[in-house]
Formats: sequence, structure tokens, C-alpha cells
Amino acid sequence: MSQTHREMNGAEIFLESLRKEGVDIIFGYPGGAVLGIYDKLYDCDFIHHILVRHEQGAAHMAEGYAKATGKVGVVLVTSGPGATNTVTGIADAYMDSIPIVVFTGQVPSKLIGNDAFQEADIVGITRPITKHNFLVREVDELAATIKKAFFIASTGRPGPVLVDMPKDMLAKITKFIYPDHVEIRGYKPTYSGHSQQIKKAANALRKAKRPLLYVGGGVVMSNADRELTLLARETGIPVTMTLQGLGSFPMTDDLSLGMLGMHGTFWANMATENCDLLISLGARFDDRVTGNTETFAKDAYKIQVDIDPTAIDKNVKVDLPIVGDLKNVLAELLTELAEKPVTTDFTDWWSMINKWKDACPLEFENSDGKLRAQYVLQRLSKMTKGEAVVVTDVGQHQMWTTQWYEFNHPRSHITSGGLGTMGFSVPAAIGAAFAIKDRPVISISGDGGFQMNMQELITAAAYKLPIKFIILNNSFLGMVRQWQDLFYKEKYSFTDLSKTNPNFVKVAEAFGCKAMSTDNPAEVDGLINEMMEYNDGPVLVEFKVVKEEMVFPMVPSGGSIRDIMVKRLDPNRLV
Amino acid sequence: MKKIISVLVENKFGALNRVATMFSGRGFNIHSISIGVTEDPEVSRMTIVTSGEANILDQVIKQLNRLIDIIKVIDLSAEHHVARELAMISVNYQKGIRSEIMNICEVFQGKVVDITIKSITIEVTGPPDKIDAIINMLTPYGIKDVARSGLVALKREEQIIIKPKKEVTIS
Ligand SMILES: Cc1ncc(C[n+]2csc(CCOP(=O)(O)OP(=O)(O)O)c2C)c(N)n1
Ligand SMILES: [Mg+2]
Repeated sequence: MSQTHREMNGAEIFLESLRKEGVDIIFGYPGGAVLGIYDKLYDCDFIHHILVRHEQGAAHMAEGYAKATGKVGVVLVTSGPGATNTVTGIADAYMDSIPIVVFTGQVPSKLIGNDAFQEADIVGITRPITKHNFLVREVDELAATIKKAFFIASTGRPGPVLVDMPKDMLAKITKFIYPDHVEIRGYKPTYSGHSQQIKKAANALRKAKRPLLYVGGGVVMSNADRELTLLARETGIPVTMTLQGLGSFPMTDDLSLGMLGMHGTFWANMATENCDLLISLGARFDDRVTGNTETFAKDAYKIQVDIDPTAIDKNVKVDLPIVGDLKNVLAELLTELAEKPVTTDFTDWWSMINKWKDACPLEFENSDGKLRAQYVLQRLSKMTKGEAVVVTDVGQHQMWTTQWYEFNHPRSHITSGGLGTMGFSVPAAIGAAFAIKDRPVISISGDGGFQMNMQELITAAAYKLPIKFIILNNSFLGMVRQWQDLFYKEKYSFTDLSKTNPNFVKVAEAFGCKAMSTDNPAEVDGLINEMMEYNDGPVLVEFKVVKEEMVFPMVPSGGSIRDIMVKRLDPNRLV
Repeated sequence: MKKIISVLVENKFGALNRVATMFSGRGFNIHSISIGVTEDPEVSRMTIVTSGEANILDQVIKQLNRLIDIIKVIDLSAEHHVARELAMISVNYQKGIRSEIMNICEVFQGKVVDITIKSITIEVTGPPDKIDAIINMLTPYGIKDVARSGLVALKREEQIIIKPKKEVTIS
């Protein structure tokens, strides 16, 4: 190479490599093994380092950032406990295919394997929960490894990648050479779908009488929401979405059936049961969606489009697989259909669906003067016009949000789906808020999950992020209580928090947030207004809601639509 | 159903572990796994014998392909292939049975690789059922130890006519 390359130490190479990747923000926490990097970060003017309060928070922030933007989220932590604290976030990103790169410090190379101070085999620990991981063994490999890490995390089916960097690698000096492309023999994602298969799919669409689009997070990830919307609107085919698919198609559109699955709408699940053509787009037939796989859309011809071949046929056998990037596949499908459109009249199909809609609408008691979570969410949706970025935690409030908040944009619904990680919302909303400035970011947690990462409130306050933190406080681990109620004879074992919850307003104030609380439905609009208008920093609103409320409809785990519960049933029926 | 899968993998730190982790994490069976470097020093070949229902075996192959370090996955069960295993069998050695053992060894085209006053060790290669058979035959004499390599296998090339090699004369 004729070009001259500057000599740098590993720490500088690390930062310069991030710059080459276009990274301008990282979420981190210092410690012995990464002191070299922190030393250089101090004077670094091109990377904004966000100091978190717990490394799990950093991982979820990177996830929130990545989900809100589609860019790679970056984490930097020290060895041992710093690294192990990120494990939950990494597993979460793996399950929901979120592109993050986690950089961990490691003990010096010559101490690896010696049970050295703050040593943990983080590469071994995270092997089953990363898309790939690396241990840097030579400083000369550092830049190329970082290049590969970003490439792997962000291409194909995205996912977390971990890079473990022994302390001596950060001190050693070498020439900085950042490769401009990567070549990995064993990694060649398929982007364009097989044309013959796409033609067959178009034919199936033309023939179907009761088709249904079953849309997952893949559509959001591949930025194929426009293509999906065109496909639905041009054909008049109904759209149902998974938890991660929400936002890819406007819920206010007449063609939207809302979410399907365990807590999906009755009509979305009935449509799934009765369709004759199921078109799965970037969805993975998760057990929370299918219930009993034997009966799931059992008479339908099934088409599955996914970039990941392992997603195909994994849980449910499909008739027509198409491996490829959804944006490309849908574009090609639209071209096919432009030549020879779908001309079927779906009036009968829609009247079936509308009948199911009338038979079992989403509803809640709203006349007894008591405050319910559903009411808060309904008002929030109306008052923000479905325009906010909403980040939920895990539990009843998460499911109610899918039912009552009308998502109209991709990347506006961020939640932990695959792993179901309580404590996700607070840090993930912070990560999103660093990227999203033109729309409000609202975090919604239960009283239980909020306490799992509430230390990050101070991170939001420190950076003056105008995040709206909502706690739907039902004084219970509500979702667990619901299962105890339905399947364990109302034995509320260790789920009652009513006597031991902290004073959330005081907590929030102590962490530098403005805070409010109410249990009165009449005050909801006022508080939401005040919350939305406050932009000087984070604000927290606690809504004290009734504890007995349950999420319905519910298809019990492993059940089929025949087992659906629309209200509380005799628990003995299901035990 | 059993399947023999041949896997070309980057000869990198942790590659075998990645495969083993994936099998155990997903609850797939491994009957045997053998690994060694190929003609390219940066690439190793793993031969994996696994079993399961057809749909599971499909997933095994896809999941192997998904691992970044894996370059190529060949389902040998779906192709013509040659599969061999090597075993070393150490048998109690008593007076008077030596020729019997030697006979068995010969029938199976084995080799005696070690002999002491107490034991005799035989090396034999072949398809796994042949190894099973010799072990069966030797069991009555008292087997002390068995070490089996696990299967190694290669796809059979298309039959082609091989031209006679030119004779090389060394002057
Ligand atoms: C880290 C973690 N631990 C345990 C669980 C199991 N879990 C699922 S929902 C839930 C209750 C959540 O309670 P809360 O945060 O108050 O939300 P709610 O259901 O009341 O809306 C629990 C304990 C989990 N999902 N994640
Ligand atoms: Mg709760």
C-alpha cells in the first residue's frame, strides 16, 4: 500500500474504527480493562459517550437506539462483571434481531484462563446469544474485526455481535488500516428472492378467496413498510401484525386487523384460523402467535418470506418459502401484480371479518369511576394522535398498549418481544430519545418492571432528555397475577406489591425528574397534557390503576382459537 | 433417521465449540463428531452424525449454515459418499486364543498395533457396522478398551475415466 497509515495504539484504533463506521454515540461504563479507551475518549470530539448507571441499561439503550433508527447501537463495558451485566440485553437483542455491537474489555492476553481479577469468559458465555462474537488476539486484527462486527450485526437478519478486547490489545501500537470491505466466506445473506417463487406467490394471491397478510418485525427492519402498504391497499387484503410488526402498517387503516396471537384481537385470530392463504412477511411463527401449531391457519396455503432460511419451516411447515430481503421481494411481487393484478372481490371475506369484529370488540369497563390502564392508553393514543415513539416494558400494560395505542409508523413501537425482558422500557426509551428529536418518546412500564432499571432515570435527567415515563401501577406483577388467577386457583404467590412498592413520585424526583400521580380518570387528560408539554427534561407520571383488570382476549398458551377467553372463565376448565 | 453431515469450517478459535453449543442449545443429537484440517490449512472439515425427524434434520442443516464460521454444509446422506471409522480395540490376551483373535483380525482386515503379555490391541477401519461387528466378535474374549474415531466421510466424485499417469523416470 502506497498510502501512509498512522501508527496508533489499540484504543485509538477502536475510536477511529467507530468513526469509520459512522458511529457518533456509544453507551458505556468504565472499568479497569477499558481504561485505555476511556483515556482517549476524554479528548475525543467525534463520539458522544453516554454514561449509564448499569451495564444492562447500556445494552437496552443500544437496542432502543437501534430499533428507533435502524442503525447499529454500540456498547462499551469493562471485563468480568461489566461484561456479564450486558448479557440480558444481548440475549434480548438476539431474540428480537436487533443490530447492536457490544465491546467488552478483557484481562490481558497472557492472563486469560488464569481466573484473573475480573475475568469472565464472555465469548463463551455469549456464544449462544450472539449472531457472532470475536476475541481480538492481535492488535493488527482489531480494525478488521470491528469492520466485520458491524457488517455482521447490520446485514442479513440483524443481531448482536460481541467483540472482546484484552487490555494489552488496547495499548499495543500498530498502523491503522481500516478495510473498506469485508469478505466472510461463510456469510453471504440472500437478498433477492427467487423469481420463480415470487411468480408463484403472485398466482396464489390471484387465486385466493380469503387471503391474509401476517406481518412481523422483518418488514420494519428491511424498511419495507411502503411496499407492504401498497400491496395491501392495491389488493384489499387484510393485514394482521405481530408484536414486532406493529407500526409497519397503520392501525387506523381499515385494512388493519390489529395484532394477532395470545392477546391479539378476536377478529385477527379468527381471520388467521379461517384464511385460505396466509402470507407471512418477516414473521417467525412464534408460539405466542401460533398457539397450537397443529391448528394454526390449518387450511391455508402458506407463503413465508424471510431473509433467514432457518426461520422457514421452523415451527410451521409452509407451502411456498421465499428467502430474501422483504423490500426486494415485495417490490418484485408488486411488479408481478402490476402486470396482472388481483381482481378478486373480497367482500364476503370482509363481511366475515366484520362480523367477528362486532361479536367481540376490544372493550373495558369505563363507567364506575375507577382508573384503568386501558383508559389511560386510549387517551394517550388519541392525544398524541398515534405519533409518539412508544417503548413498553413486559406485562399486562405491554399487551394493553398493543390493543389501545394506534401505531401508525414503523419504528414507533419498541418492546421486548422474544425474550420478554422486564426492565427494558426505561433504558430502551433513553436510547431511542438520543436519536429521535422530532417526535415524543414515551416509556410505559408496569410498577414491577419499572423497578428493574429505574436507576437509568438519572441518565435521562443528566442528559436532559424530554422522555415521558409512564408507570401503569396496578400494585401487582399483573401479568403473573393474571395467570395465577386463571390457571392457579387465584393463589397470588409473591405478586402483590401493594405494600412494598416505593413512592414512585419521590423516586422520580430523587432522580431529577418532574413527577406526577393520579388515580382519578377525570385527571388523566390534564396530566397527559402537562406531561406532553414539559420538555425541560424527563417527566414521570404514575397512573394508579385497578389491580383486578385482566388482558382479554386471551388464547391460553399452546391453545387454539377454540380455547379463546374473552372474559374470566372457570379456572378449572383450563388447569 | 440418521444423517451424515460434512461441514467445512474456518479453522478458528472456538469454531468446534460454536457447533457443539448450537447442537446442545437447540436440543439436536450428536452421535459423533470428528474434525481435522483439510488441504487448506485455514479450513477444517467436521463430519457430524446426527439423528432426528426429517424436519429437525432440515433445521440442523440450516442452523449450521447460519453459523458465521461455517463455510459449507453438505448433506452426505443425500449423496453418494464413502464413510469410514477407525477403532482401536484392546482385548484381554490369554494363552491359547491368540490365533483365534488373529483370525478375527484378519477377516476384518485389522492390524495388530500393540501386544503385551496381558493384552492385544487391534486397529480396524471401515464403515461403522463393520466396527460394530468386530467388537461383537471380540467381546467374548474380554474387551478392555475401545476408542472409536467417529465417522469421517467424503462425497464420492462423479465417475470419471482417469488417464494413465505418465511414468516418472528418475535419473
Ligand atoms: C426479567 C423478568 N423477570 C420475570 C419476568 C416474568 N414476568 C412477566 S410479566 C411479569 C409481571 C410484570 O409486572 P409489572 O411490571 O407490574 O407489569 P404489569 O403486568 O402489572 O402491567 C413478570 C414477573 C419477566 N418477564 N422478566
Ligand atoms: Mg404491575
